[in-house]
Amino acid sequence: MKRFRNRSVIPGFGLSFGLTISILSLIVVIPLCSLVLFSAQLTVKEFWDAVTAPRILASYAVSLKTAFIAAAINAVMGLILAWTIVRYDFPGKRLIDGAIELPFALPTAVAGISLTYMTTNKGLVGSFFHRYFDVDIAYTSLGIVVALIFIGIPFVVRTVQPVLEKIDIQYEEAAFLLGANRWKIFTTVILPELIPALLSGFSLAFARGLGEYGSVVFISGNIPYKTEIAPLMIMAQLQEYDYASATSIALVMLFFAFVILSVNAYVQARTARRVNANA
Amino acid sequence: MKEVVIRKNSGPLKAFCIASSALFLILFMATPLAYILYVALRQGVKAYWTSISDPYAVKAAVLTLETTIWAIVVNSIFGIVSAWCVTKYAFHGKKLISALIDLPVAVSPIIAGLVFILTFGRQSWLYPYLEKAGIQIVFATPGVVLATIFVTFPFISRELIPVLSAQGTDEEEAAALMGAKTWTIFRNVTLPHIKWALLYGVILCAARAMGEFGAVSVLSGHLRGKTNTLPLYVELLYQGYDFTGAFAASSILVICAVLILILRVWLEKKGGKDLDLRK
Repeated sequence: MKRFRNRSVIPGFGLSFGLTISILSLIVVIPLCSLVLFSAQLTVKEFWDAVTAPRILASYAVSLKTAFIAAAINAVMGLILAWTIVRYDFPGKRLIDGAIELPFALPTAVAGISLTYMTTNKGLVGSFFHRYFDVDIAYTSLGIVVALIFIGIPFVVRTVQPVLEKIDIQYEEAAFLLGANRWKIFTTVILPELIPALLSGFSLAFARGLGEYGSVVFISGNIPYKTEIAPLMIMAQLQEYDYASATSIALVMLFFAFVILSVNAYVQARTARRVNANA
Repeated sequence: MKEVVIRKNSGPLKAFCIASSALFLILFMATPLAYILYVALRQGVKAYWTSISDPYAVKAAVLTLETTIWAIVVNSIFGIVSAWCVTKYAFHGKKLISALIDLPVAVSPIIAGLVFILTFGRQSWLYPYLEKAGIQIVFATPGVVLATIFVTFPFISRELIPVLSAQGTDEEEAAALMGAKTWTIFRNVTLPHIKWALLYGVILCAARAMGEFGAVSVLSGHLRGKTNTLPLYVELLYQGYDFTGAFAASSILVICAVLILILRVWLEKKGGKDLDLRK
């Protein structure tokens, strides 16, 4: 049997390892174990009834649909933003670069009430869309998408940006000398390099959007079967002290997040292998 | 011969990219921020002042500050010991520890709250012991603090681990062979390498901790003046149609968020070389 650890001359292993494990157990492991323990006590019928109630099914559909659309829009918009920041010089560039981080720094509830207040039919932006396009934003699924675009955009920009910065100009030069035009260089040389990062950003934004609560509850209006998101249904069950249903709904959501992140991890591992094999 | 520029820094594409980036950021970032300040001040400075000096608002702000400090302290200690432990020694189970550290951010905040309810709530096996000891966690301040620590858990260690692993173990080994004690090695050898990354992590942690809504919302029980943090207080006022109050309280958080963004840009500039190791 291998030894637990190789000898190192640096002292302090016991202390740092012990502290790491203690804090990790207290904050992460014990709470997760209690989730597992509680789930194990659920009967199949309890679980199935909670998860397949029509209102809950509708909330899953709303969450998946809006998070997917928002993540797709963010993938496109994030690529444009990253491209602008990396490839061009213009006044105010640093400001744009810094502003991308705003959704990480601004409390979600604050973003939520502001976006809602802006997009109701009487709000600054909402009244414009209501009058000229006959489109309502707040209290519809479009509103949820708007909130999730706000929340998800930094994930895409911050995963694509470093990859774009690292692309060597040589490849573009080579493609140019071989007679490719600008569009062809982009689609055949640059884009394939960016796809893994784009997918990664998309998955992070998608997973985050599925679980997002603070910014969405205000703008969604929470109309049953129409704009209720899955995290809200967990919240509703908790407020009725129905922990069994809340846990069941949460398990399904964890499963969705797990699938999204696993698919991403699988694709990333495959691309890494391909790249390494070529090298 | 005409010089060929592969990465052209002009032309219609540049104009399109900058214009759409700017439009996006104005619509999704600048307008919501400006709108918060506008609504907060709409009824005059006096109404604004009355709102933010309301005793409940002050109490909420103090609780938010306390919670944020707790999160920073616990996560800094954990970040330093875990990063040290994972990067300075070779042992089995490293991957598992890393995965567990990262887990909290992949979980929906509502589920994070649920997990703590299941651990410390009325139906938990721990509950009788906690009750005997007179400790209340759920629907009390400790719950709010725990939930905040949980959602910000990896923020600092994630900044430190790449820096420490890029730095390697040579310097610490040399110091140890010359007879330095653990604390001396840490203070004189390791800390100078990680101080910028540590500060950076603290800022990220503070940003998320002050604004956490979902997880805190589940655990607080919404006791006004007791377990209401600022974001929860904002929600309370907004749902009571006190828009001036809600936006005034939000404006405090907006100012903090903008300060955090500025600090972050400053740190990236100042810490330059040390922080680049993170990539």
